[in-house]
Amino acid sequence: MSARNRELAALVPVALLLTAGFAAVFAQQSARLDNLSLVYGGYFLAICLATHIYLRLRLPNADPYLFPLAALLTAFGLVMIYRIDAGLARDQANLFVLGLALFALAIHFLRDYDILERYRYTIAAVGLLLLLAPRLPGIGQQVNGAYLGIKVGPLAFQPAELSKICLIVFLASYLREHREVLIVGARRVLGVTLPPLKHLGPLLVVWGASMLMLVFIRDLGSSLMFFAAFLALLYVATGRLSFVVIGLALFLLGAWFFASTVPHVHDRVAIWLNPYNEPESSGYQILQSIFAQADGGLFGQGFGQALITVPGTHAPLLPAAKTDTIYSLIVNELGLFGACAVIMIYLLIAARGFKIALIADDGFSKLLATGLTAVFAIQAFVIIGGVTRVIPLTGVTLPFISYGGSSIVANFVLLALLLLISDRARREAGPAQAALGRP
Amino acid sequence: MNGQIVKLFRLIVLLFAVLVGFTSYWAVFDAKALKDNTANKRPLLEQQRIRRGRILAADGTVLARSVRKGHGDGLRYVRRYPEGALYGHPIGYSFVRQGDSEFEKFHNDELAGNGSEFSSILDELRGGRQEGNDVVTNIDPAAQRVALSDLEAAGFGAVVAIVPNTGRVRVLASNPPFDPNRVPEHLGELTSDPTAPLFDRATQGQYPPGSTFKVVTAAAGLDSGTITPETTIDAPGTITAQGRPLQNDFKQSFGPISLDSALTYSVNTWFAQLGVRIGVDTLFEYMSRFGFNSTPPIDLPSSQVSKSGVYEGADLLGPNDPIDIARVAFGQERLAVTPLQMAEVAATVANGGRLMKPQIWSRVVDPDGRAVDRLDPSAYSQVVDPQTAAELTTAMEGVVDAGTGTNAAIPGVRVAGKTGTAETPFNSTCGGGADQNQAWFIGFAPADEPKIAIAATVECTTAFGNDVAAPIFRDVAETILNSEVR
Repeated sequence: MSARNRELAALVPVALLLTAGFAAVFAQQSARLDNLSLVYGGYFLAICLATHIYLRLRLPNADPYLFPLAALLTAFGLVMIYRIDAGLARDQANLFVLGLALFALAIHFLRDYDILERYRYTIAAVGLLLLLAPRLPGIGQQVNGAYLGIKVGPLAFQPAELSKICLIVFLASYLREHREVLIVGARRVLGVTLPPLKHLGPLLVVWGASMLMLVFIRDLGSSLMFFAAFLALLYVATGRLSFVVIGLALFLLGAWFFASTVPHVHDRVAIWLNPYNEPESSGYQILQSIFAQADGGLFGQGFGQALITVPGTHAPLLPAAKTDTIYSLIVNELGLFGACAVIMIYLLIAARGFKIALIADDGFSKLLATGLTAVFAIQAFVIIGGVTRVIPLTGVTLPFISYGGSSIVANFVLLALLLLISDRARREAGPAQAALGRP
Repeated sequence: MNGQIVKLFRLIVLLFAVLVGFTSYWAVFDAKALKDNTANKRPLLEQQRIRRGRILAADGTVLARSVRKGHGDGLRYVRRYPEGALYGHPIGYSFVRQGDSEFEKFHNDELAGNGSEFSSILDELRGGRQEGNDVVTNIDPAAQRVALSDLEAAGFGAVVAIVPNTGRVRVLASNPPFDPNRVPEHLGELTSDPTAPLFDRATQGQYPPGSTFKVVTAAAGLDSGTITPETTIDAPGTITAQGRPLQNDFKQSFGPISLDSALTYSVNTWFAQLGVRIGVDTLFEYMSRFGFNSTPPIDLPSSQVSKSGVYEGADLLGPNDPIDIARVAFGQERLAVTPLQMAEVAATVANGGRLMKPQIWSRVVDPDGRAVDRLDPSAYSQVVDPQTAAELTTAMEGVVDAGTGTNAAIPGVRVAGKTGTAETPFNSTCGGGADQNQAWFIGFAPADEPKIAIAATVECTTAFGNDVAAPIFRDVAETILNSEVR
């Protein structure tokens, strides 16, 4: 079966799952089956089919599984958000269509994505500016002590989501050009292999600026994500574990410094270590997140069964259920098995992404695919790890599932880039190599 | 670079495995501890979403039900008690914030519909929400009403009525009562009330049994072969036990008499000597068979059912402790008993010496109206043999016919019973008066074919058992004998 036919075959069960999910929520909420779920499933399938036909025309060789997997996560998200609030789900569905439109535009205009390399410093600057934007007077917005969003007229946006793509493009491009000198120019000092500062300089400047910006806007989750992606790319580009170790050491030093000086950071860490100190205030979100998961068990309570607010009131029982803690809601309603399914989908996307990097021919494609995949997987880890108390809870979105336009749009652009790289790699590799892409 | 990419992927796999590990820990392995955590309000809120089953009297009167509040995500149920204070004891209450007590607490699993893990998965597949079962009790509403209103006229105290051959509890009344509907708003007030309305005197009240305990001593004496109904013991007005004088009422001397006369006239010196003859070990053995020194096997939380026996402070004494057996034998010493225990004594004699486990519940009915469980009456112990029980019955009939308990008589019905009046002078709970008594009556009717065994007691009264407790016995017994409830 050709790649596109496999994609088509995979989309049908996704649409059926969405239909079944909506049917389950309807059955729970109104105690009857509603053929509206079929209508929603039909719409969803139609939108996916349109995208599929577009891909068939534009990127016939692209990876066949990435789009169905992303659609599956989106379907998951739509059902969970619908279950929280029907109005929000309508917004999210519109944003899904908007995301797909930008996905199509990105594929249309970036067909020759090498041009990205030429504008790497411009792209880096745009990325930094996007990060800075929430602090700009007039358009900046402060939420929970963090400056995450900008608002222009009716449009609200979280720039960090797009910024991550800009910075990955820059890092991939820069490392492609300088990876040799970074390896060859490395010197051993006191038994530790250090990268040559001259070539590392611009990298450190851009990266350092982004980290500072993140501290400035107090977006811990994004800074963690950016830093991890940076280390991952540096390692893949140079193959030097010692660089990663140095980076980690610097990170721990920086983390210690910020944890002891910036109250916002300090609080997050303290809550993570001792959530029971203030169960009704600062520790409320993480504790409620864990309590919600405890009710899930192996099989979950079923769609629509979880308590999100205290019954009879609007007091949140699971704060930020549609964004940060949506994973806890999934554990509650679908149980450990449902949660494992979600994690497995992320893992499959990561596997396909890294596969693209493996078969890509040129260094930029390899590094870009690696970087985009890494930042995507790490974002999922940061938020799922946050709500399961693996790491301090910081507000980043769960890609394709959480409610929020910036997240869904940015992740579809990221997906577009991965498919562009994949299409070229598999085309050039020819049928023999493309077979590698088969499961 | 491919080698590094593969290694990076492995790292991502490892990180995701950590996520699966942590999720498993919270969702499965640590779930029970998290649900018990006091900071976790979810279990309470979940409980509030379950339509708890009703509690019904034997005739179908609704004693407790859940009413719906809100809808959708705001849906919750609140407990209502249509009969108010009449069934505060023994039904108790169940509220999300205030917790639960008594019958509501003991039968929580049935009422909340908590089934096995398997059945809840089945429910989930069916898409059903957990629903509670109704629990039907053996309580006879007419008799419960008579018992409580008689008590309210007589004073604080309790009445327990048990069907002798099944152990079905028809009445369990405690005065002062409380209205469970008031608990959500006034729990603090009810708790600090000096009259202790939340205290179930029928099962928790520990009172000196007075002469009603002579039934236990007589049972031990006859059944152990220490005496026969014909055995006579000389009963002077005063004897000495443990170096202190021990007297009959008005120091009346009876001479050599047998059990019938000794019980009919409640002769202390006679029973004191019988107690010494039986011996402490044998008497304690019979007490244990009657259920003393153990938590009565009734369907109420053990924290709300007291043990009866000889107490030193809060400690129960055993046969090896220094005990004045002569005074135990006629219900003095440090004996403290619950009305429930004394009702069990009466029921044992009525049922040919066989003590049935007292049970308030009768059957569990699922939301579709099917009885999913029914009370299967079972014996607690064979306390004495049927002949002993018959001999005791004859002696106890004498008490009502011609002795100290004539006010318990019901026209046209043979009644067997025993009065008791324990002096409780200077008792702080009674206000410290010098002539305060604990008045008792235990008995059963009809004596030839017992349908009901009852213990009635009134605390802090200046009256005697025959004056205040026997009439309560008579009213409740009459109501039950005329009742439709079977």
